[in-house]
Amino acid sequence: MAVATTDALASNANAKLAEFAANKKARQRREKAIEAVLFLAASVSVLTTLGIVYILVRESITFFANVPLSDFLFDDQWTPLFDDAHYGIMVLLSGTITSSFVALCIAIPMGTVIAIYLSEFAGHKTRETLKPMLELLSGVPTIIYGFFALLVVTPLLQKVIPGLPGFNILSAGIVMGIMIIPYVASLSEDAMRAVPMSLREGSYAMGGTRFQTAKNVVFPAAFSGIASAYILGISRAVGETMILAVAAGMQPTLSFNPMEPAATITSFIVQVAMGDLPHGSIGYQTIFAAGAALMLLTLVFNMLGFYLRKKYREAY
Amino acid sequence: MDSAKTAALRGIIAKARRYDMFVSALGLLFLSFGIFVLAALFIDMAITGFGRINADFFTNFPSRRPAEAGILSSWVGSLLVMFVTASVAVPLGIAGAIYLEEYARKNTFTAIIEINITNLAGVPSIIYGLLALGLFVYTFKLGQSILTAGLTLGLLILPIVITATREALRAIPQHIREAAYACGASQWQVVSDHLLKYSTPGILTGVIIGMSRAIGETAPIITIGALTFIAFLPPAPGQLNIETGQPAGLFDWLFSPFTVMPIQIFNWTSRPDPRFHENAAAASFVLVFMTLSMNALAIWLRYRLRKNIKW
Repeated sequence: MAVATTDALASNANAKLAEFAANKKARQRREKAIEAVLFLAASVSVLTTLGIVYILVRESITFFANVPLSDFLFDDQWTPLFDDAHYGIMVLLSGTITSSFVALCIAIPMGTVIAIYLSEFAGHKTRETLKPMLELLSGVPTIIYGFFALLVVTPLLQKVIPGLPGFNILSAGIVMGIMIIPYVASLSEDAMRAVPMSLREGSYAMGGTRFQTAKNVVFPAAFSGIASAYILGISRAVGETMILAVAAGMQPTLSFNPMEPAATITSFIVQVAMGDLPHGSIGYQTIFAAGAALMLLTLVFNMLGFYLRKKYREAY
Repeated sequence: MDSAKTAALRGIIAKARRYDMFVSALGLLFLSFGIFVLAALFIDMAITGFGRINADFFTNFPSRRPAEAGILSSWVGSLLVMFVTASVAVPLGIAGAIYLEEYARKNTFTAIIEINITNLAGVPSIIYGLLALGLFVYTFKLGQSILTAGLTLGLLILPIVITATREALRAIPQHIREAAYACGASQWQVVSDHLLKYSTPGILTGVIIGMSRAIGETAPIITIGALTFIAFLPPAPGQLNIETGQPAGLFDWLFSPFTVMPIQIFNWTSRPDPRFHENAAAASFVLVFMTLSMNALAIWLRYRLRKNIKW
């Protein structure tokens, strides 16, 4: 009896062990499959980049088969949809540069001062209430900023500057600058707050005031982070579309005067996409060539940001 | 001490203090200016559009006559596009973030994915529109449809969802994982039974921020060629087609032409008739109200998160 029970127990245990082993195998297989699925999901972002590069390059190659690169870079007219077609990207670039310049003249000084105030002067409670409120500014859809620029800011500016046309870069640029303030302020403030307290205490101990500490100690120490905040602001300004499409007019002229209407790279793409261009026509390809120019521009700024971060990084 | 020297020193200190006051006041001034603009924008929309916001405005199609025009097709379009966007971005974003944070080994490919996500977050939205036009519309032949728009916006907000999820996962202390492993949990059991549950509020914050960005995006949707004048709704599953008499399939709405709120606003803004501007203001008010409440919800969630969790 006793022997039989032991045998039964042993065989039972063996069966259990085999079951465990089988379960473990199945579980390992399942784990591998799950990891593979997660890996595929993470790769989607790489595929997106490859897709963007592929599409821009493919369409640009057909474009540059028809239009010589020298015309694209040096022609001073942009009239791709006329019979007498010119493809001078400088025209669109001048609009992009002017509008970004106006926007940055607003966003960088104001954003920096706000960041210094929030990180060095404001109390905990003030910061915790005001910073989220400021961040709401970046949550407003840009089409609404465009509407605001065209129907509120432009009429206001026309009272100050008589003869300002209804569509102009100035108004669009100012509103764009206000939109970018939270990006600059929020990231710069994060960078300044990451500066260790001991540095500030050192400065205070030497008799430095808050502003002297901010200017001579905190700002230089946080410069790599602040620089990348500026670069992000520039990328936002260069890629901004709807404010310019609505409020800046869409006239392609080679001019750096903010009082005039102008087309930018982005607003040109919108203008063409709203019309009915047949797939494969040269007009259709221009928006991809313009898009490739825009992509290169943002890529340059991204790399510049990366370089600045690396060069001025201070480790504590 | 020499009294002249003391006076000079006092002067220097007073000057430095004045600088302090000045910068502090300037910071507060700029900050209030930003918040003032936000308020002005909101109030201006409310005043200009107030006369137009009534039940008819939400149940009418766009029209040539400004007083009869409404946002029915655009808010339904926005809702459906958002649904597709969320179905793309949420699972992909969370899964991608879990891979990068919990599974990925430190190798070149992981580094490429990480740099890539940072870069994608800086790509202008209109470039995503060009990607969609070249790839989804003309290569995959998905047409200028709700599906195309949803996929595009899904890719656009993917970096936001991934970054938020990674931060939420990173905030969970290592001992939680170790405790689960010690009880014999597999890696996926640790992730699904523990990490996902603790990181839900953080992930939700990222998803809400991403969705509020997507709902206001105009440029990529214009680029894929969404129509501005749509006086019909996408076919509901089972709805009879008037011309063919056939009931619509379960997924036919995905391939329907559509319009969304920001495009309707753009259309009304670019008309010269000021009565259409009232419509644009009213629609803008609805849109701003939606995005701001989503943002406020996200901020509140983040605040609660910070307050409640004590590991």
